[in-house]
Amino acid sequence: MGIIATSRLKSPWIMHFDNSSCNGCDIEVLASLTPLYDIERFGIVNMGNPKHTDVLVVTGPVNRRTARVLKNLYDQIADPKMVIAVGTCSISGGVFHNCYNVLGGVDKVVPVDVYVPGCAARPEAIIDGVVMALQKLAKLQGVAL
Amino acid sequence: MNAWIIAIVTVIVAPFIGGFLAGIDRRITARLQGRFGPPILQPFYDFFKLLGKSKIAASRLQLMWIYAYLVLMITALLFLVLRLDILLMMFILGFAGVCFALGGFSSRSPYSHLGANRELMQMLAYEPVLLFLALGVYAQNGSFLISQIYASPTPLISRLWPIFIALLVILTIKLRKSPFDLSTSHHAHQELVKGIMTEYSGPYYALIELTEWYEIVLVLGIVSLFVANPLWVGIIIALAAYALELFIDNITARMTVGWMVRFVWSVGVTLCILNLIWFWVFAAFKGVS
Repeated sequence: MGIIATSRLKSPWIMHFDNSSCNGCDIEVLASLTPLYDIERFGIVNMGNPKHTDVLVVTGPVNRRTARVLKNLYDQIADPKMVIAVGTCSISGGVFHNCYNVLGGVDKVVPVDVYVPGCAARPEAIIDGVVMALQKLAKLQGVAL
Repeated sequence: MNAWIIAIVTVIVAPFIGGFLAGIDRRITARLQGRFGPPILQPFYDFFKLLGKSKIAASRLQLMWIYAYLVLMITALLFLVLRLDILLMMFILGFAGVCFALGGFSSRSPYSHLGANRELMQMLAYEPVLLFLALGVYAQNGSFLISQIYASPTPLISRLWPIFIALLVILTIKLRKSPFDLSTSHHAHQELVKGIMTEYSGPYYALIELTEWYEIVLVLGIVSLFVANPLWVGIIIALAAYALELFIDNITARMTVGWMVRFVWSVGVTLCILNLIWFWVFAAFKGVS
């Protein structure tokens, strides 16, 4: 089990899901994949397929349409899985919190492990969020990161 | 007895070589793109992480095909290493590809179907060249046996260099590199998610990765047959071909399936046929004189 636990920390594949965000955070998520920030250093790859994903990165507030999509994507991810809510909107609904169609933060629908605040969240903060999620996983498994 | 030991060592060692080459691939690709890149052991981390994930299968049939793909790929590699019949090896390799495509067809996902369709088109492109390669080996050595290639004093490349060029084109398809990265789309998730591999998750996806490592070793082994007599020269040529593929992967954009089939059939198959015709003329002249 040791080698699998270590490997989990070394290769978190992410999937990025945009609820109903203004695309500010989405651009920052994609920016962290560019050569400037290069998150593939940590083995992080953007998969775009829930069946291959370990970490679900969600941006934007959940509305009534995207709630079931988000739930569906979350259910398709194989265990162990983690969810990172990126941006103020995905934490609490942000500026959209009192819209008639917005349910609020991502944690209304799926359990969230790490919250990354910011409007829009900076790429450094997003990378830090992924590393914090890995630290949480490491603590759960009793393995040093 | 000796053959058993070689077979067991191959089955154990080949994934390590394949995974290591895949790691070097990711590192070099990152450097060519101006990035730092993951550690060289990254494919192994990915593999063990996938093994530890929970098992989700879209259909049970899919799993049978994926195991068949792995077993047939190992069988084809053993044919190469034990120096058996090259023609039979090509057929087993072809059947392995068919199993992979059928695995893609056995779930109802449209992405998986699209990827499987493209996998079949890729096979349509590369199978004739592999078959002509086996015929070329027969034309030169008078035998399909790989042991005969190793025993022959003249290397295959001296007379089969057009087929060798065709094989380099095929290598790009077999390694799923950029101009022909069509059925699995390593880099185009927005187009067909992950193509034929979309519906595999966790340990089953790890099995596909394992099979790909065996496949890397197998196709590079086929390239190394072209200078078989000092084997180390063949291995250096195979590694150089791999480096060339990485370079081509990074400087080219992906093309369409139709373009791939047209290109391989017009350039690759023509080169192979010209090579064989030349052999036939050569044999006819030798018969006269």
